[in-house]
Amino acid sequence: MIPKEKWQGTLYSFIVVVVLWWAVSWLLKLPIVPSPFSVFANISEIFTARIQIHVIYSLGRILAGIAISILIGVPLGYFMGYFDRVDKILSPLVYFTYPVPKLALLPVVMLLFGLGEASKLIMIVLIIVFQIVITSRDAVKAIPEETFRSLQALGASKLQMFNEIIFPASLSEVLTATRLALGTAVSILFFTETFGTEYGMGYFIMDSWMRVNYLDMYAGIVVLSFMGFCIFIAIDIAESYVCKWR
Amino acid sequence: MIAIKDLSVKYQSNNKETLALDKVNININSGDIYTFIGPSGCGKSTLLYVLSGILKDYMGSVSIDDRAINPKTQRIGLILQNYGLLPWKNVYQNTMLGIKIKNDNQELDEYSSYILKQLGIDTLLDRYPKELSGGQQQRVAIARAFILKPDLLLMDEPFSALDAITREEMQELFLNIWKQNSVTTVFITHSVDEALYLGSKIAVFSPSPGRIVEVLDNPCFKQDNLRFRDEYSSMSMKLRKMLRD
Repeated sequence: MIPKEKWQGTLYSFIVVVVLWWAVSWLLKLPIVPSPFSVFANISEIFTARIQIHVIYSLGRILAGIAISILIGVPLGYFMGYFDRVDKILSPLVYFTYPVPKLALLPVVMLLFGLGEASKLIMIVLIIVFQIVITSRDAVKAIPEETFRSLQALGASKLQMFNEIIFPASLSEVLTATRLALGTAVSILFFTETFGTEYGMGYFIMDSWMRVNYLDMYAGIVVLSFMGFCIFIAIDIAESYVCKWR
Repeated sequence: MIAIKDLSVKYQSNNKETLALDKVNININSGDIYTFIGPSGCGKSTLLYVLSGILKDYMGSVSIDDRAINPKTQRIGLILQNYGLLPWKNVYQNTMLGIKIKNDNQELDEYSSYILKQLGIDTLLDRYPKELSGGQQQRVAIARAFILKPDLLLMDEPFSALDAITREEMQELFLNIWKQNSVTTVFITHSVDEALYLGSKIAVFSPSPGRIVEVLDNPCFKQDNLRFRDEYSSMSMKLRKMLRD
């Protein structure tokens, strides 16, 4: 589980952010920067009635996006890391397409896949799958040659090599990549939810803004951040559990 | 018996061919322990990789009991200088890895508990390698090799990363266990002392490209208080002289 220092660190950072936020709102005295306390009060008031449904949609999209990216990216990365020939064919492609700003492809994706869920997921996957492919590949490549020796002498099959060495050796790096991808995924999610849907935190935030309801808008931002934070922590816990040996 | 006939190995590096082993011939009797000694870079380790089936690109012939080397059908225990433990497995899982790969029953039977106890690691079973000292890690590697009940045991300078006191302790411990389970063993070392203490036969290698200069019977093997005996100092002198030339 999470050690005590981590909880204390989280609490401390939360307090610092709230105090700074409060100081800015007190100095500016503008409706665009409301006090954090009125925002929190607003959240507790409207969460069940109006925010909950958006959280469920956004959470579903994020988790699905990450899951699909892992399902595609990790096996691909493993193949590239383990088989030099696959790497030689795919690496140039990955390197060539990685820097293309995928968000700019949004119009194309929307034309091809419509305005619905599919194009939102495709956007998330298109952007974060690269990080996961490259990290998984490098994690496999970083396993020292000697690690395989004793298993080779035992006559281990490829599947056994995978189960005993490749998977456990790379797991921690894959989780780190997932954690990094999460931050990106939340931003893309927000962006893709601003059109073609009436559900999702992105929609809720932009809609509140259009209605000049800054309290609601901030409530949305806080809830979306908190959601990201929770997934982040969940990956942390998973890592400390599966990578005990580190 | 392990029969090695005209074994040569070439390495390809930077478009240059390097000969690592040059027509090595030796027969290793079953149930014996052979120490291979030679200057560093003479191809001893290369020979071990051939014997363990890791290196397949060689000329000449190598067979174990008249069958070609195949790690899938033969049981080959390999103990390396860096112990070869998997850091994500605890001591118990590491010691059972050999028989797990061979799909044997992985229960802690009488024999494996006995080995673990002999090596003094029966109390460390749920520790991970990073929580162990070098000596303890090497005990785990030795336990793994013996629990496998190998046809052939290959050891590549297994004790050279340990401090002097731990090394002598481990040599003694290893020899004790070995005496009770006489596995055909090839033990690579660059220490004259270790070669004399552990080998019933000693194969002396020439500098690169590796050739076997001579295979000596070791009169010191299985002698008590070895290091104080006359045979020991005369053999030691002889070996040192051969290695220098």
